[in-house]
Amino acid sequence: MIITVAGVKKEVSDGLTVSQLIIDENVETPQYVTVTVNDDFVKSGQFEETVLKDGDSVEFLYFMGGGQ
Amino acid sequence: MAFTNEQIERYSRHIILKEVGAKGQKKLLNAKVMIIGAGGLGAPVAMYLAAAGVGTIGIADADEVDLSNLQRQIIHQTKDVGIPKVESARETMEAMNPDVKVVTYHEFITSENILDIIKDYDFVIDATDNFPAKFLINDACVMAKKPFSHAGIIRFQGQLMTYVPGEGPCYRCVFKEPPPKDAVPTCKQAGVIGAMGGVIGSLQAMEAIKYILGVGDLLTGYLLTYDALKMQFRKVKLPSDTHSCAVCGDHPTITELIDYEQAECDGTGL
Ligand SMILES: [Zn+2]
Repeated sequence: MIITVAGVKKEVSDGLTVSQLIIDENVETPQYVTVTVNDDFVKSGQFEETVLKDGDSVEFLYFMGGGQ
Repeated sequence: MAFTNEQIERYSRHIILKEVGAKGQKKLLNAKVMIIGAGGLGAPVAMYLAAAGVGTIGIADADEVDLSNLQRQIIHQTKDVGIPKVESARETMEAMNPDVKVVTYHEFITSENILDIIKDYDFVIDATDNFPAKFLINDACVMAKKPFSHAGIIRFQGQLMTYVPGEGPCYRCVFKEPPPKDAVPTCKQAGVIGAMGGVIGSLQAMEAIKYILGVGDLLTGYLLTYDALKMQFRKVKLPSDTHSCAVCGDHPTITELIDYEQAECDGTGL
């Protein structure tokens, strides 16, 4: 199936979960990332059980603390 | 209030714009913007807002100028090392534009003082470097119903979003609570390209100016991310559901401001 990750279309295997995608994408500090699927938040405790579907659009939102 | 000849000349590139005009320039001159942090982000924000003729600019920072700041904090000069950042920032802004009244706050922003500091301002800029301050500013702005621009920078990356009460998610809608100290790298630990403050801070200044003028679309409901290495901007849509947010939601559980433990870039504060 095809999903979009951070704006880029990707071929991934059926049944892919958000938590597996986080591993596959080498997401930095994965325990503190905010994930949205189709512009809805995935609750942080539900990455394991959230199975992605064909056509889904996933975004990873990161803490960015610098400024000084 | 009529413009002086000098003002007509100074602001001529604004006044000629149909989105600004004399009316818009007067709005800017009557506007009050509070900038929290006089560092990498705060420097370009303060300089562009001062140059634009924003009439009252508040600036808060507890630190003194350090030599290691000068790689990115362009409002401060080498001669300013050792003096309070807010004083150095005031000098630069006043030298740029005598129309601007600068109000300095040489102190840390805390749950005790923030509501009092922001109450007289139209728009707030989060130009801080640490999560406790970012959450404090968010919560205070939600509670006080103040629009604000959030931003963060690190390495070759930056991002920002704009909160306007009732018009989209707040920072806490997206990030529930600060990460533990040292769990997420800061720019002191990870480094940052100085021009990143220029890119993202200038965008924050642009949001403040658009808000004051009431023109265009603000970054409400979006997070704009910038990756300098890929030279890519992305405007990421944020969920519009704010109902369950702990501070801006329907049944807020955070009703008092919180001073989280500090874990900042310079080890000395904002
Ligand atoms: Zn919220």
